[in-house]
Amino acid sequence: MNSKYQYSLGGYHYRFKDLGDLLAKATPARSGDRLAGVIAESAVERAAAQMTLAELPLKTFLNEAVVPYETDEVTRLIMDDHDAEAFSEISHLTVGDFRNWLLSDKATPEVLERIRAGITPEMAAATSKIMRNQDLIMVAKKCQITTAFRDTIGLPNRLATRLQPNHPTDDVNGIAASILDGLLYGNGDAVIGINPATDNVSQAIKLMKLMDEVIQTYQIPTQSCVLTHVTNTIEAIELGAPVDLVFQSIGGTEATNTSFGFNLNTLAEAREAALSLNRGTVGNNVMYFETGQGSSLSADAHHGIDQQTCEARAYAVARKFSPLLVNTVVGFIGPEYLFDGKEITRAGLEDHFCGKLLGLPMGCDVCYTNHAEADQNDMDNLLTLLGVAGCSFVMGIPGSDDIMLNYQTTSFHDALYVRRVLGLKPAPEFEKWLADMAVFKDTEQFVLPDEMPASFAHSLKSLPGESA
Amino acid sequence: MKTEDFSIQSHATSEPVSSSAEVIDNPWRKLRRFTDARIGLGRTGVSLPTHEMLGFQLAHAQAKDAVHLPLDVSQLHSKLHALQTFNGTPPFLLQSRALDRFTYLQRPDMGRRLEAASKNQLVTYSESGKKEYDLAIAVVDGLSSKAVQQNVEPFMKTFLKNLAEDPALNDLKLAPFSIVQQGRVAIGDEIGELLKAEMVVVLIGERPGLSSPDSLGLYLTWHPKVGRHDAERNCISNIRPAGLSYEEASRKALYLIRESRRLKLSGVNLKDRSHEKTISRDSNEKNFLIE
Repeated sequence: MNSKYQYSLGGYHYRFKDLGDLLAKATPARSGDRLAGVIAESAVERAAAQMTLAELPLKTFLNEAVVPYETDEVTRLIMDDHDAEAFSEISHLTVGDFRNWLLSDKATPEVLERIRAGITPEMAAATSKIMRNQDLIMVAKKCQITTAFRDTIGLPNRLATRLQPNHPTDDVNGIAASILDGLLYGNGDAVIGINPATDNVSQAIKLMKLMDEVIQTYQIPTQSCVLTHVTNTIEAIELGAPVDLVFQSIGGTEATNTSFGFNLNTLAEAREAALSLNRGTVGNNVMYFETGQGSSLSADAHHGIDQQTCEARAYAVARKFSPLLVNTVVGFIGPEYLFDGKEITRAGLEDHFCGKLLGLPMGCDVCYTNHAEADQNDMDNLLTLLGVAGCSFVMGIPGSDDIMLNYQTTSFHDALYVRRVLGLKPAPEFEKWLADMAVFKDTEQFVLPDEMPASFAHSLKSLPGESA
Repeated sequence: MKTEDFSIQSHATSEPVSSSAEVIDNPWRKLRRFTDARIGLGRTGVSLPTHEMLGFQLAHAQAKDAVHLPLDVSQLHSKLHALQTFNGTPPFLLQSRALDRFTYLQRPDMGRRLEAASKNQLVTYSESGKKEYDLAIAVVDGLSSKAVQQNVEPFMKTFLKNLAEDPALNDLKLAPFSIVQQGRVAIGDEIGELLKAEMVVVLIGERPGLSSPDSLGLYLTWHPKVGRHDAERNCISNIRPAGLSYEEASRKALYLIRESRRLKLSGVNLKDRSHEKTISRDSNEKNFLIE
């Protein structure tokens, strides 16, 4: 095999058959790459791949596509939208030099913003593969990404939460009960977002109306979203439904997105439709995307590329549509992709770093399933690390238990924990609302009142089916 | 199996159970009559009260056990054998290529295929006479042995009774049961193909949730053969006493079987309209937060 990707180490000669192979072999170990058959065969081969990768000029990624340009619209998006001027400041660097540069004092938040459009997902992924967890945290914290709709997400020293009031039968009172619980624990500034149990247009509209009424009645500076297929949301908008954010799960290859039932044109159409409603008050970022390592492999659409590089490519799709929120649902997909707490933690930090470096309002569903080797302690660790890294938002659900999707994510209590230990405030507009509604007694120290706030207490007075 | 003797009292009740002075209870806990979500947990500072934290750990332990406890194959075998179907031919005991749980969890591809001896068992049986079937039923441990152990026998009793009473289906030729360890849904394709069955139904333990460690799933595939995609199957989920009842699940399953035979397909083109209720587009159900 004649390859330019090779490395001599301790008398052995390591060859990597192409750029995709080199990226895969340089990736910290995880079960999904093992399942795909692209993982390094030994720890030393991985180290050799990382050393080879470190010597690779960043320019290489502009000349070689890991997924063919001709057959993949995500590759075309990445190549065609690349900003050569923004890239010029870093165009002389290798991957290893780029890591040094990112960590250096030269790379200030302003400089990182200036070069952002010159970085491709593959450059970000490659660099992350030779970074330790603390490097991923250090650089992500320097990337400041601010977005807005009815409140402002991503300001320094702030953390928002998605209130996720899922119910296995979409019962309106069941959902309202979880919304109330979340609001009274100070959650919901990123979005109130429901995964519908029954996924069709009429059900989506029912849930959109429910959330819209709650937001209007209580004048909450937040936005709602029903996590239904993008084509359902387009139809809902046509039917006059109150749509704040358009949701879609996205992947890093055209084939992945085809399996999800959409293409880039679909997203453009949906964004235009949502913008036409003009429902934002302080901004008009109208898209909410979810991603997660392993989705391309799961859809048999990974082209032999490792799952973390595929994930970073999904961020090129996201960034095209100026989203309010991007959420990597890191532990949801299961142990065949990320086996245990260690792999989930690493993936969460990689995704957050790559997303932020590329300019996305990156949040993380810090989560696990019951067949993964993970528990609440792993989630505490990742939540804390992401809080330190300046993560834009996390999930909030009652008691960590999603009774519809059958997995565990961060709770309303968890968000308050990370606020207190790291001094992370909610979005400013939402913070003011929490004070006005007396949900927080003290917004500096995150102290809750002992009594139920009067503004909400009346809702318990006449419950359906309860005699007065 | 001791953990099954516990019940999660604090989760099930709507009454706060705080005992220490530091814990602030939430009056909206009574809204639990609308949802199983863990709302109104109360707090100490901003943290979970001890009993809620431990209650969660117990629920997680039960879910973990559901994943890792091996299926009691001999018990299930005798129970299914006792149903006295198939002229007394005992169930086949089969194994996937994933020989242990560790491999199973990381290699779904291996859980979808039979290991050599299991495959031979079916080949030998199939070649021992001219046998062709309308329906093969594979019982697979999946991700919750508990779901299979607790629900398969009572569900099958209901299902077989309803099948016998269904004029469109009571002449259905059933293959002997298969019981599979370390299996995924798609292993039913290989079993159905080897048994020359026109359809296969896979009963499998679903990914356990914290509040539902015992959910059984049912998958129907027309013309099973190795390599079928998931889009070519129909699924009935959450079969368990606290979820979809055996009677209701059986009714849906028979509907799908009838439709599959009529249309000669399964999957996305076979819509489950057995219970369709339409939601009006201008429906505006009120909740307690709005007046």
